[in-house]
Amino acid sequence: MNRREFIERSAVAAVGSALASRSLPLINVRNPVTAAEGDHKELVSQAIASALSAGAQYADSRVALYMNRRLSTRENRTSGISETDSIGLGVRALVDGSWGFASTAELSKEAAARAGAQAASVGRANAAVARSQVRLAPVESYGDVTWRSAFTIDPWDISTADQLDYLLNLNATALKNPAVSFVSSSFHFVKVVQTSATSEGTVAVQTLVRTNPGMAITAKSRDSVDFQNRQWVLYPAGRGYEYVLERFTPEAVEEWASEAAAMLAAPSIEPGKYDLILLPSHLWLTIHESIGHPTELDRAIGYEANYAGTSFLAPPADVIGKLRYGSPLMNIVGERTSEGALASIGWDEEGVRASEWPMISEGVFVDYQTTREQVHWISEYTGVHRSHGCAHCDSWSTIPFQRMPNMNLLPASTDVTLEDIIGATDRGILIKDRSSYSIDQQRYNFQFTGQVAWEIRNGRLGGMVRDAGYQANTLEFWNSMDMIGGPSTYEVAGSFYDGKGEPGQVNPVSHGCPVARFARANIINTRQSR
Amino acid sequence: MAILGHCFEILAMPPMVGEILIGYCSQSRFQVHKILRDRTTGLLTSTQAQDLTQRIIGISSADQTRVNITHERRSNTRFALNRITTSGESEDLQITVTCTFGRRRAAITTNRIDAEGLAKAVEKAEEMARLSPDDPELVPELLPQELLEIEGFFESTAHLDARGRADVAASAIEAVSAVGDLSAFGFLDVRAQVTAVANTEGLFGYHPSTWVSYALTVRTDDGRGSGWDRAGHRDWSAVRAQSVHENAIRRALNSQGPRKLEPGQYTVVLTPHAVSSLVGLLAGALNARSADEGRSAFSAAGGGNRRGETIIDHRLSLTSDPAALGSAPFESDGLARRRTMWIESGVLQNLQTSRYWALRSGLRPTGSSSSLVLDVDGLTDRNLDRIVASTERGLLVTRLHYIRSIDPRTITYTGLTRDGVLMIEDGKVAYPVNNFRWNDSPLFVLNRIDALGSPERVSASRVVPAIRARNFNFTSISEAV
Repeated sequence: MNRREFIERSAVAAVGSALASRSLPLINVRNPVTAAEGDHKELVSQAIASALSAGAQYADSRVALYMNRRLSTRENRTSGISETDSIGLGVRALVDGSWGFASTAELSKEAAARAGAQAASVGRANAAVARSQVRLAPVESYGDVTWRSAFTIDPWDISTADQLDYLLNLNATALKNPAVSFVSSSFHFVKVVQTSATSEGTVAVQTLVRTNPGMAITAKSRDSVDFQNRQWVLYPAGRGYEYVLERFTPEAVEEWASEAAAMLAAPSIEPGKYDLILLPSHLWLTIHESIGHPTELDRAIGYEANYAGTSFLAPPADVIGKLRYGSPLMNIVGERTSEGALASIGWDEEGVRASEWPMISEGVFVDYQTTREQVHWISEYTGVHRSHGCAHCDSWSTIPFQRMPNMNLLPASTDVTLEDIIGATDRGILIKDRSSYSIDQQRYNFQFTGQVAWEIRNGRLGGMVRDAGYQANTLEFWNSMDMIGGPSTYEVAGSFYDGKGEPGQVNPVSHGCPVARFARANIINTRQSR
Repeated sequence: MAILGHCFEILAMPPMVGEILIGYCSQSRFQVHKILRDRTTGLLTSTQAQDLTQRIIGISSADQTRVNITHERRSNTRFALNRITTSGESEDLQITVTCTFGRRRAAITTNRIDAEGLAKAVEKAEEMARLSPDDPELVPELLPQELLEIEGFFESTAHLDARGRADVAASAIEAVSAVGDLSAFGFLDVRAQVTAVANTEGLFGYHPSTWVSYALTVRTDDGRGSGWDRAGHRDWSAVRAQSVHENAIRRALNSQGPRKLEPGQYTVVLTPHAVSSLVGLLAGALNARSADEGRSAFSAAGGGNRRGETIIDHRLSLTSDPAALGSAPFESDGLARRRTMWIESGVLQNLQTSRYWALRSGLRPTGSSSSLVLDVDGLTDRNLDRIVASTERGLLVTRLHYIRSIDPRTITYTGLTRDGVLMIEDGKVAYPVNNFRWNDSPLFVLNRIDALGSPERVSASRVVPAIRARNFNFTSISEAV
C-alpha cells in the first residue's frame, strides 16, 4: 500500500468506525503544523468563548506545537537520531473563583468548544466545594501581539546529516588528544510554536527556539584504574543554531580535551578552608538551587512539601524586606526579558507581559516569583499589585502554574576582573563549570562540585586540582560573598530541565552572573569524603 | 474530544491562602480508525496494535522498520495543607517509527496519529535515516522473540477513579486531623498503559500494565517535625494506604524537636525505601561496556571487568525479575526480557550488555537492569521493627533525598536524610536528631551490613529489605525539617 492509499483507506476505516460508534468523527486530516496562524487563533478564541458561555468569568487557552530533535554520537559513529512532535490545545477556566482545565489533541473548532465547556464544568465542580476563591491580579489587554525568541538560524533549517557531521568532526578533534579515550556529543533542539489567548483581550503568537549542545570527554589511565570525565562544557540557550557555530567550536573542544587530560594527572585537593572563586559557568547552578527554588512562592507556602520540599524563606510576612540573604554586594533580579535566556517570553500563560523586578536588593530579600493569583498573598508586604509573569506549562496538556523565571546576580558597577579577584586572594580555589549538585528540602545545606578546579596561592593562579567540592549553608554562603566581578565577567548559563510539581513538569531557565568570591568556604575532597 | 468518565471530582477543604484547586482532562485524538478499547484495560487491543503497526510498516520503504506504541491513561490526585489541590486524568497515544537503511537508522515519535500524521512520520524517519552517516555499531532489527507471559495489569488500579482517589486523600487528611496540629501533603499517581512493539522481521510484543504510587508527607504545623511514607505496586488492592498514613504520622511526631548530633560515621538502620535508593544507584552502574572500557567501578585493573569478584555482602543477591514484578517481557527494541542475576551471593555475575556489546564480547544481551529484587540468602531479622529492636545504638533513617554522583570510580554519591532521623538506644527509638548530608557508596554500605530484613515491595518495580549497616558516612548537619 502506498502512502496515498494508506491515508485514503485509513480515512474510510475511520468514517466507518465513527458511524458505527457515533463517536470520534474523522476530521482535520490536513497537517496541523502548517495550519495558518489564523486557524489557531480561531481555535483558542473558540475554547475561551465556550468556557465563558459555560459560566467562566475568565479563561485562557493555547494551541502549541512542541518539536524536539535529539542527535547523539560517540567517537566516530552516530548513536541516536530522533525527532518528537506533539500538538494540541489546552484551556483553563476560572468559575466562581475555582480553576478547571481541559485539553485535546484534536484541532477543530468543535473540539476546542468542547474543551472550553469541559474546563468550565470542572471549574464549577471545584467551586462547589471550595470555601475560598482564586483572585487574579489585574493585567493590561494587549490585543494581537507576536514575539519570537532570539534566534537567527532555525535548527530545523539545517539537515540532520549536516548536524551529525558537525558533531562527528568535533569528536575527531577531541580524539586527537592522546589522553582522550572516549568522547560523546549531542544536540537537543526545541521549537515551540504557540498561539495563546486570554479572555481579557490578549492574543499572543510566540515562537521559541532552544539549543542544547552537549559533549563528554573521557581521559583514562593506561592501567584502567583511573579515569576523568570532562562534561557540561556548554549550556543550553534560548537561541538557534548560530549558538552552536559560535560556541561549539573545534578550538573549544581542544581546550576541553586538554582539561580532561590535565584532570587525570592533577593532584587531589587538600580539604580545608579556602576563599572560593566561582566562575559564572558554575555559579549559575548555585544561584538556581539556593536562591531560585527557595523564592518560589507556592513552595514557600507548602504546596511542594511532598515533592522537592518547602523553603526556609517563610512565612512571607517574616522575611519580605527583613531577611538578610547575603552580603550587601548581592543584588538578584528576576526577569523573563533578556535576549537568549531560556525562560524569556513575550507574554506568559496568563497574558502578563514579561518584565524584570528586584528580588534581593543589597543582600536583603524583597520579593518572590509570582503568578496572577499569588500576587495578593504577599502584596501587603511587597507593595506590588501586579504579577511578575511566572505562569508556565510544559505542554498543551498540562496546567500552567508558577515556574522559575530567569534569575540573575547583578555584576559590580565597576569593572572588577577575574584577575583582580585572583590577585586579591592568598589561598583560594577557582571552580569552572557545573558538576554534582545537591541541596536539602528547605534549601539550607548544599554541596556542589565543578568540572575543573585550580588552586590559587598568593594572588596567582596555580595548578589544577581534582576531587574538589564545597559544602555550605545558603545564608552563610551568600553572606560570605566578599568580592564580585564587573560587567565584563558576566555570563548566562542554564538548564532545559528544571523540575517541579506532581505530576512533574519541566521548565527551561537561565541564570546570569559575574564571577564572585566567597570567603573561607568549606572545601571538601570528594574522594576522601567517603 | 472524548472525555473519560468520572473525569473530575474533588472533595476539597478550602485553602486558607494561595488556593490551587484544579482538575483537568486531556485526550489525544484517534483518527486512523476508532480505537477498539480492550474490555478489561480500556486501552488499545492487541489485535488493533498489531493491525496499526502492520499498516505503518506496510507504507515504509526502509530496509527494516520498527513501530513502538505507547497508549497511556494517567490519573492523579494531589493534596497539600489538608486540601486537594489538583486532580485530573489524561490519555495519550504516541507512536514511534524507526527506519533502517543498511547501517543507518532514525526514529520519529508523534502524537499526530491521523493517517497523514503517521505517513509523514514514516517519511521523516526514512529521510533522516537515509541522510545519516553509517553507524558501524548498528545491529539489525530482532527476529521474533519468545516472550514470557507476564500479568502486569490489575483492574483494582485501572478502576481507581477520581472518587476513589479523593477518598484516599480524604482518609489521609482525616487521619492527620484526628491527631491535630498536623498537615497532610500527598500524591496519588495512577497509570494504565499498553506498550507494543513490532518490526518488519515479524516480531510483535504487546503488554498491558498498571502502576500506582501513593506518597504522603505529614508535617507538624509548627514546622518542627516531618514524616513520610510511600507505597507502590501494580495492584492497588495490595497497597495499604492506612499503613502509609500511620507511618507518616508516627514519623512526623517522632521527628519533632531534633537534638543536635555532630556528623560522623554511625551505624544506621535504613528503611526499605532508603535501601531502594542505594540499590538503584548500584544497578545503574552495572554496565558491561563502561566496565570493559575502563571507566567504571567494575573495571578490572589492567583491563576487562570484575565479573566473578565478590562486590557486596555474601547474603545479598540482586536480580531483574520482570515476571515477578509484572513488568513488560520485552525491551523497546523487542528483545525478550528474562530473569537476570546481576549479583549472586555477593558475587558480580552479569553486567548490562547491549546487543552490540554482546556481539563484540561473545555474551548474551541482557536487557536493562530494571524490575529489581534485592534478595536475602538465609535467615533474616524479618522487618524494620525487629532490626530496630536488635540495635544497641544507631540511627534510624527514613529516607534519602537529592542524591547526586560525586565519584563514578567508586559509585560514591552525596545526598541528605529527610523526614526523620531517630536515635536508637537499647533496641528502642530514643529521640530525634537533626538531618544530615551524607557522602557514601552503595558498594561500601552493602559491604558493612550487620542485619537484614525480609525483602519488601517498595514500588511497582522494586523489592528490597531493610538493613542495618555500620559506619554510614554523614558529613555535615542539615537544619532542614
